[in-house]
Amino acid sequence: MTNSVEEIREWLEEVKDPEIPVLSLNDLGVITGIQIQDSGKVVVDMTPTFTGCPAMDVMKQDVVDVLTKNGIEDQEVRVTFETQWNSNLISDKGRKALADFGLAPPPKHNMVVDIDIIERASCPHCGSDNTEMNTPFGPTLCRSIHHCNNCGETFEQFKPV
Amino acid sequence: MNVEALKDLLYKMADDQLVLGHRNSEWTGFGPLLEEDIAFSSMAQDKVGQSWQLYKILNELGENDPDTVAFMRNADQFHNCQFVELPNGEYDFSLIRHFLFDTAELLRFQFLSESSFEPLALLAKKIKGETKYHSMHANIWVKQLGSATEESVSRLQTSLNEALPYALGIFEESKFEDDLITSGIFKGEAVLKEAWMGEITKILNKSSLSLPDLTSIEPITGGRNGIHSEHLQPMLDEMSEVFKVDPTAEW
Repeated sequence: MTNSVEEIREWLEEVKDPEIPVLSLNDLGVITGIQIQDSGKVVVDMTPTFTGCPAMDVMKQDVVDVLTKNGIEDQEVRVTFETQWNSNLISDKGRKALADFGLAPPPKHNMVVDIDIIERASCPHCGSDNTEMNTPFGPTLCRSIHHCNNCGETFEQFKPV
Repeated sequence: MNVEALKDLLYKMADDQLVLGHRNSEWTGFGPLLEEDIAFSSMAQDKVGQSWQLYKILNELGENDPDTVAFMRNADQFHNCQFVELPNGEYDFSLIRHFLFDTAELLRFQFLSESSFEPLALLAKKIKGETKYHSMHANIWVKQLGSATEESVSRLQTSLNEALPYALGIFEESKFEDDLITSGIFKGEAVLKEAWMGEITKILNKSSLSLPDLTSIEPITGGRNGIHSEHLQPMLDEMSEVFKVDPTAEW
């Protein structure tokens, strides 16, 4: 039996970011390559959102488990920096899932992340852009903390990188 | 490619990240305000994670595995500059060190993102994005506290004057400098230092702090060759205490 790359990508939908359980690895953009070699071996490339991300080992093991569950024995899951993750890689579906989860999606950027980009956030509760950043460092490496001047809520944003 | 030169470069950078990362983590629970507590803890996690990836490249070049390298060496086997091993002191000293070191760190990884050694170039592209946050954090506080009250300005100025001889030690040259430059691996410490002086001058000029004449300061060196202050070994002992209880344990 041979599987297609699309099919494997579909299986990986069930693997979620352990710190943001509504977001699949596909939508997060950390699956950077799926390759089926002539021998049938499946190679999945992943890249961390942040170099020191402690969830990487868990995510890698989850990918291995999903491949195994679907009958792929000849497999390799690699963590590489060949493609460097950036927050523009989060899909539109992923951005919506983040907002629904109460976490503001990162503002899109042209790869120049400066203070203006970092401070820009839309409140995931009321949608207002009248917000200010409290601190660029949050409860996990990938989150910053903001305050909404409109509804008065404090919220977190997935950091633009 | 001169592998010994490459290893020397990787070790000093990985050790800088690990040691300063550990020092930053000592602020956890002690920050002067909650946001700073989280900031230093977060930067600690970034830097330790970055050191791990640099040790992984070393591992691929034939060195021991990252945990063994990080936890089982003694101070004289570490190649970090002495600056990063100094105790945190008060917040003013930690902030000034954060500013002086991270400015150099950001420039270093920006340069290395064009390195001819591809695994390092790829990792550097990643690290420079993370370090940008660290550098922005330092710059904001130096500008704010460096022009706030008489006490904040004088505290930062005193720390700046104390830190500079150590900060200049970041750029201690190795015997492989020419190899690294000619092979396109790294532009070299002299070029980095020039760029660093430009950057710190730019930020300090936006505060009430003054930069002493750097040419009149004698750099404190030795760290790159395993010569350290009395502060490193006790820090390493504490850092590796749990690991050494059972080095073969699975985490």
